[in-house]
Amino acid sequence: MKKNSWKSGDPFIWLTGLSLVFSLIMIGGLLFLIMYKGLGFFWPSDIAVIELNDGTYYMGEISNREKKPEPGEAVAKNKDSRIQLKIGNRDLYGLDFKWIDENQIKSIEYPKDAVVLERLEWGNMYGFIKGIRSDGTTIATGNVESWPVLKSLLPKTHEIHKEIKRIEKKKIGDINYNISQLRLQIRKLELERGENKSSIKKLEEKIEDQNKLFQEEESKLTSLYKQLNQNRITISTIDGREKEMSIGTIVRAYRPNSMSIFEKLLIYFSKLWEFVSGNPREANTEGGVFPAIFGTVLMVVIMSIVVLPFGVLAALYLREYAKQGLLVRIVRICVNNLAGVPSIVFGIFAVGFFIYGIGGTIDSLFFKESLPTPTLGTGGILWASLTLALLTVPVVIVATEEGLAAVPRAVKEGSLALGATKFETTWKVMIPSAMPAILTGVILAIARATGEVAPLMITGVVKLAPDLPIDSHFPFIHLERKFMHLGFHIYDVGFQSPNVEAAKPMIFTTTLLLILIVVILNLTAIIIRNYLRKKYTLPGV
Amino acid sequence: MEVILNLASVQGNILKYNQILKKSDQLIKQNLEDKKQDSIRKEGRSHQLEISDPIVEIENLTLEYDGKPAIIDILIDIPKNHATAVIGPSGCGKSTLLRCLNRLNDLIDGVTIEGSVKISGEDIYDSNIDVTELRKRVGMVFQKSNPFPKSIYENVAYGPRLSGIKNSTDLDEIVENSLNGAALWEEVKDRLGESALSLSGGQQQRLCIARAIAVEPEVLLMDEPCSDLDPIATGKIEDLITELKQNYTIVIVTHNMQQAARVSDYTAFMYLGRIIEYDITENIFLRPTNKQTEDYVSGKFG
Repeated sequence: MKKNSWKSGDPFIWLTGLSLVFSLIMIGGLLFLIMYKGLGFFWPSDIAVIELNDGTYYMGEISNREKKPEPGEAVAKNKDSRIQLKIGNRDLYGLDFKWIDENQIKSIEYPKDAVVLERLEWGNMYGFIKGIRSDGTTIATGNVESWPVLKSLLPKTHEIHKEIKRIEKKKIGDINYNISQLRLQIRKLELERGENKSSIKKLEEKIEDQNKLFQEEESKLTSLYKQLNQNRITISTIDGREKEMSIGTIVRAYRPNSMSIFEKLLIYFSKLWEFVSGNPREANTEGGVFPAIFGTVLMVVIMSIVVLPFGVLAALYLREYAKQGLLVRIVRICVNNLAGVPSIVFGIFAVGFFIYGIGGTIDSLFFKESLPTPTLGTGGILWASLTLALLTVPVVIVATEEGLAAVPRAVKEGSLALGATKFETTWKVMIPSAMPAILTGVILAIARATGEVAPLMITGVVKLAPDLPIDSHFPFIHLERKFMHLGFHIYDVGFQSPNVEAAKPMIFTTTLLLILIVVILNLTAIIIRNYLRKKYTLPGV
Repeated sequence: MEVILNLASVQGNILKYNQILKKSDQLIKQNLEDKKQDSIRKEGRSHQLEISDPIVEIENLTLEYDGKPAIIDILIDIPKNHATAVIGPSGCGKSTLLRCLNRLNDLIDGVTIEGSVKISGEDIYDSNIDVTELRKRVGMVFQKSNPFPKSIYENVAYGPRLSGIKNSTDLDEIVENSLNGAALWEEVKDRLGESALSLSGGQQQRLCIARAIAVEPEVLLMDEPCSDLDPIATGKIEDLITELKQNYTIVIVTHNMQQAARVSDYTAFMYLGRIIEYDITENIFLRPTNKQTEDYVSGKFG
């Protein structure tokens, strides 16, 4: 008898398997692409010196190679390839990148003494060291002599940078904060229109004191900057131009062509660390993304703290206390539909309700003195978190309801039969039993919230927010502040940046980081859930 | 031809009259039965059993789900420190009757209850009664073991904690005593912190018994406590019931007649919401006075 393969369902099993494989390939491909493009960003690649047939020289990192496109053709049929060279030296050339046809190339060399200087401004510099001067006197000439001198000077300038940053951030930041607080107090007194000229005068004196402190700090800063710019280095580029600059503007200097793999790894990790822990520079195209990481995580944490109790309480009412009828069914359908509303709609609602409504009212009641500058009546991390909480609360409600429904009726009755009230039963038996389901809801909520960008753009995310929402000024947590977000950062760097070409690898790195953060946040929640499951149930029960 | 038709109609009429006669006969019988019931009710006993020291007194208890009666006119006294079994076919209302004793039926929408239930002389359907206090006095063990998703210790300590006992040495003592009382202590004393769900089915049921006796109830209700268990576990629970009835009043619902015969001192037979017969267990099984009881205990139906 012939086996009927359709009836046995074999093709269907193949189909299911294929679908799974297809999904896995897509996810794997996505991760691979992002990792490939993103992780290579920090690798110090060799510096090539390219001589063209017409005798011109170019120097830089080879960053890309592709078939040469013909004008008017969608797909390049040309056999000739071209390479993209990152030539840097934006202050001299204007552009960071240069396309070079391969058939124009006469030779490619990798000179040992080619040096890369990462700078605070104008991006990388590629060239050869000509000499170093200190206070106008030459202390080293030529590459061989200058390199060790430069290496020894760099740590010192980094120290000075740290000190400058400390003074600017801590000392001057404190003074500015105090002054603005005092101004607000004065304005408050003025608004009260009482006879309190004497106290205003006192406050003005205090401001004067602060200003004096400020001048002291500023003079310190000036001397530090002088120290910083005392040593100057001269670099000659491949086309014979010379550029003199302060060593204080150099972040990092290395000679990739003469470095071993190990040394390159060191540079790689130091760049990676800078990326994760540093502040952005150059319109976000360089430096780090720490404020964005911090903003993303803090926002998600606040969102979770808000969404968990709200969602659980709402679900408890729906499932345990509300009389099951038409109304409850309608409410349930509405809650489910809420999960499908586009996020920007929530953003618009948040602007109208949270920011202008609640925030504006709070401002006019409690922060009169700082008006017309809004305190809470403008976008901030609190409003953004609340928007996301609103967005994700249906997920938590649905998950919690399912969890509560899955608690056996007998367990609930068992508790009641022991003389527990409904409230005691709910808190001591129902919620612990439903906890894994509730946490699953929170995990889904976190995953959704971390990925949202659209509603944040109108509720408090900004391109650059150097002040973190948590700092040393009372009350330490400033939820009214605007913040940076990795998702928005990707958009900003990728599409709003003045230097898109240079920022391209950064987009992938930031994306990778965002994925990593989503994974870490989810893993934390999953670990907690599994711990609770293990505590309460047997594996497989 | 007409004659034949006439005859046929006459015969038809006769048949009709016969039916009517039968019906009226039935009605009269029903009436008589009702009157008998009435007289019994007036006497106050649906059976010849006199219980000298009842702890539960149920009088004229009727319960309706959305207007449909589930138990009708129950009249029964349950003796103190004995095991009383309630037997009967599925759906006869024995579990409903049991759940009237700790007011667990209150949780169900659309339930109306008439009549009175007194426990230690106190009407438990009185509006002044605190239901949670009542449930502490009337413990319950369910058909399916239902330990809480907590540790073994926390399961037993759940009830005492509700009563406000916080002192850990007191709690330890209660937990040990209760587990001993449920013959489970030796098996779990080294793993009190483990999840209650890691126990076997029989152990879980004994844990539920321990949990119920931890609050020292006056009455212990058992709703088919062995229906999910294998014979060995069932044997252990039955031994336990025999042990427990020294100190507790036990009301056990079962459809296992052998079990009722083994563990109970008194047995009530229920059918279609009514108590048909209530007597000493021996009498119910060996000398039933009611035909239905006899049919049921001899296995003719049910």
